[in-house]
Amino acid sequence: MENIALTEAVYYILLSLYKPLHGYGIMQNVDQLSNGRVKLAAGTLYGAISTLLEKGWIKALPSEENSRKKEYQITQQGREAVDREIIRLKELVANGEMVTGGGGK
Amino acid sequence: MRFSAHRLFFAWDFEEEEQWLNEMASKGMNLQGVGFCKYVFEEGTPGEYQYHIEWLKNRPSHPESISYIQFLEEADVEHIGSFKKWVYLRKKRSDGVFDLYSDLDTRIDHFRRAVRLSLVLLPLILVYMGYLVYMSIVLKGFWLSAIPYYAMFIVLLGCIGFGLVKSYRAYRRLKKERIMRE
Repeated sequence: MENIALTEAVYYILLSLYKPLHGYGIMQNVDQLSNGRVKLAAGTLYGAISTLLEKGWIKALPSEENSRKKEYQITQQGREAVDREIIRLKELVANGEMVTGGGGK
Repeated sequence: MRFSAHRLFFAWDFEEEEQWLNEMASKGMNLQGVGFCKYVFEEGTPGEYQYHIEWLKNRPSHPESISYIQFLEEADVEHIGSFKKWVYLRKKRSDGVFDLYSDLDTRIDHFRRAVRLSLVLLPLILVYMGYLVYMSIVLKGFWLSAIPYYAMFIVLLGCIGFGLVKSYRAYRRLKKERIMRE
């Protein structure tokens, strides 16, 4: 399995897509999840979505008749990537706390 | 009331151009349409809109660009016009923050493309200047009528040379920053 560090944007987009959401919904969800710290910009989001679709980590849902807004959802592959990322993040935090004695309070 | 303004911005001045459009908008002059060095404004409520411009990879009529612009429109962004691969976008401030890029990579890419553009233009102008010099030597009295062209090319050369240095510096600075952060 490839061992990569996800960008903050990609990580939060993937988390947002555990339930189906359209583009603007992802932006709002990421804003809420991070208490307003991470603001996804439209162009960045678009680029990330295209790449994630290509990789097969998310899929576009068949759009409803009366809605032009495309919805997306995470795939099994995407979930696995999130799981790997959580392990990586835990390692970062554990090492950080070990060295600094658990600062950051 | 509508009125138009004429101003020339080079590709590497996109940040200044964007700033100018937002200053106009904060005075209630909202950009409505664009053309070559031409900007059409309409008077409205000061500070109603925030503007952004973007250098697309493809022409605005390309399917890739169409799908991108459609995506932006879903986020309440309005596409008011294009010139070549440049698109002019705005969003009502009351509809939330309008940022196109939260990552550094796109700004790096804009400057990289500006460097490439000036590197293509520079030799073209040098070749044309060489031709003028050659003609001035061969043809008697030619140099006198060519003075305006000489002046024009020297100004152009200066602008492009300046743009090259500016874009390259911005590119290097952002590249370094990219090592530190996302």
